[in-house]
Amino acid sequence: MSLPAIEVSGLGKCYRIGLREELPDTLVGSLASWLTSPWSNFRRLRGLTRFEREEGEDIIWALREVSFQVAEGEVVGIVGKNGAGKSTLLKVLAGITSPTRGRAVIRGRISSLLEVGTGFHPELTGRENVYLNGAILGMTRKEIDRKFDQIVSFAEVERFIDTPVKRYSSGMAVRLAFAVAAHLEPEIMLVDEVLAVGDAAFQAKCLGKMQDVAGQGRTVLFVSHNMAAVNRLCSRALLLHQGRLVREGPTTEVTAAYLSGSFGGVGQEEWDEQESPGEGGVKLLGVRLTNSQGEPVAQAEVGDELHLTLRYRVEKPGLRFRCCATWYTQGTCAFSSVEPREEVRARPGIYSSTLVIPPHLLAEGEYSIMVSIFASRGIKSHYVRPRHVLMVQVSDPLRGDSARGDYAERLAGVLRPRLRWRLRREE
Amino acid sequence: MKETYHKVIEPPRGWGRINWAELWHYRDLFYFMVWRQLKALYKQTVLGFTWAVINPFFQMVVFSVVFGRLARIPSDGIPYPIFTYTALLPWTYFAGSLTTAADSLTTTAPIFTKVYFPRLIIPVTPLLAKLVDFALAFTVLGGLMVWYRVVPSWQVVFLPLLVLLMVLTALGLSLWLSALGLQYRDVRFGVPFLTQVMMYAAPVVWPVSLVPEKYRLLYGLYPMAGVIEGFRAALLGRGTMPWDLIAVGGASALVLAVGGLLFFARRERFFADVA
Repeated sequence: MSLPAIEVSGLGKCYRIGLREELPDTLVGSLASWLTSPWSNFRRLRGLTRFEREEGEDIIWALREVSFQVAEGEVVGIVGKNGAGKSTLLKVLAGITSPTRGRAVIRGRISSLLEVGTGFHPELTGRENVYLNGAILGMTRKEIDRKFDQIVSFAEVERFIDTPVKRYSSGMAVRLAFAVAAHLEPEIMLVDEVLAVGDAAFQAKCLGKMQDVAGQGRTVLFVSHNMAAVNRLCSRALLLHQGRLVREGPTTEVTAAYLSGSFGGVGQEEWDEQESPGEGGVKLLGVRLTNSQGEPVAQAEVGDELHLTLRYRVEKPGLRFRCCATWYTQGTCAFSSVEPREEVRARPGIYSSTLVIPPHLLAEGEYSIMVSIFASRGIKSHYVRPRHVLMVQVSDPLRGDSARGDYAERLAGVLRPRLRWRLRREE
Repeated sequence: MKETYHKVIEPPRGWGRINWAELWHYRDLFYFMVWRQLKALYKQTVLGFTWAVINPFFQMVVFSVVFGRLARIPSDGIPYPIFTYTALLPWTYFAGSLTTAADSLTTTAPIFTKVYFPRLIIPVTPLLAKLVDFALAFTVLGGLMVWYRVVPSWQVVFLPLLVLLMVLTALGLSLWLSALGLQYRDVRFGVPFLTQVMMYAAPVVWPVSLVPEKYRLLYGLYPMAGVIEGFRAALLGRGTMPWDLIAVGGASALVLAVGGLLFFARRERFFADVA
């Protein structure tokens, strides 16, 4: 038996977070702190890379004591809520950042895909960017030459390949970027949430490509919030919670444990002030999925009414935008819903927008919910870029009042509205 | 599975090291990064690469009027415009590549925090890209040589050696400044000031013959002194190669570059955390 492709033992990584600085409240105090600030700034900046004490309130462990092995050719999913350490783990394995403790051994040529389109330069043409991006991802010029036509046709941008990327629609740029990444041929591949790009058709295509990759005996570590994709691609999964590996096993068991909500992150997602997503004057503070009693839920029945609430802070007066939620299941988009009008939020403050999902709309299965906030007049400008935030497991208790009636076998579809059937005897 | 791809990831301990084999594997990326910088630099400009010539040219005009005409700074009997332009050739390269390289890690942070590749490529890219500007600026020198009827001596064969010393000096400083500049953004504000001081410290507007003989070797520790005086000896056909300055300057540039490489390799392991 050959050695495992990835062998991780006792891996730990800590970061220093910025503590709120104490503000002086007198003029003399301000002057004194201004004079001493170079020294304290220097200590603070130097402290970013020095850890004399490994405990303390300003140190957070993004990964603690993580150990696992991945055999050659295995496709392993990594799940967990935001901030559980999934991305940090991939960054350490990719060599982007060093661990604080522990050790990992990688056996094989490794390539990481933490973000599509890294290094894309808007002034350069599509063709030039393919070469540049390919080289950044570790391909040689010869390899890119050989795959160039495949990449371009996969991205469906043949006509625009010699146009600067700044003239591309955002969808085209993302498709081209993914196409480059999808044609890498490393022995070990680290993939972080990159399937959430493009429209539904392109996502299906990406997922298909990922399945091909997985089928070719490549070793893949796959991070995603899309449980359907994880279930489909991976045979085994790891669940991270607050930097620790808390569950390891067959994918369905691990995703079920995650969705059961005992590890948080389901039902609601909140961000710290510093980490909250958003730009241009809007900050997303939290997203909750609740039942009609207002309790956060990770599991629901098809007959439940669900409320998806986005809480956000508006920092500038007079912003006009709308919220959007897109629900994914079975590796495809089930539906998208937007606020019908771009309402003006006249005054800064904290607002919330709630989407009501009526009973008997969703089918059984796991849904992954992506939210975004944008304004659109011709071109979309995002305040909060689309991101997967929550997961919900929907079940049908088969009480006979759902769209199934008393039918208990397999029923296809990503939605299951309760529709009326009329039976008539014609003759 | 080939053992050549065996990679062990461990917490940083002691000094880092430069992985030369890996740099060789990424040689195409070197090429594309340089090419990206060249392509993107003059996009959407009217004059394009002409800018590479305009900058030193107008600097020469200004210096000739201010220092040559008004201040009457001696120029070893060489017409002042060509005297200072010969110095501006290596100087413009040095200052330009240093300024870009010092900032390079900060501006490339969005890339190297997402993908792994040898980070050494980042500060070295501007050093290579600016060589194109440097070569273009030679065209003006050609014009000046015809105008002032100056013919290079046989010592012009040493020019490649001087160019090498020029690049080595820029490399050494760039490695230090870029690695420091990522963690301490003060570097970004300090570099323009630093290059200005270094320009007046270098024999760009004045000849080394103004330096008292007993301080000559000490002054030579500044590698650009040897480079600039060497350029004059090689291209203007007067005087002999200042081998003393070049030897002393070469040694100090080497120390600077090796120290820079060690420092860079040591800091590299934290780049993604401080960016």
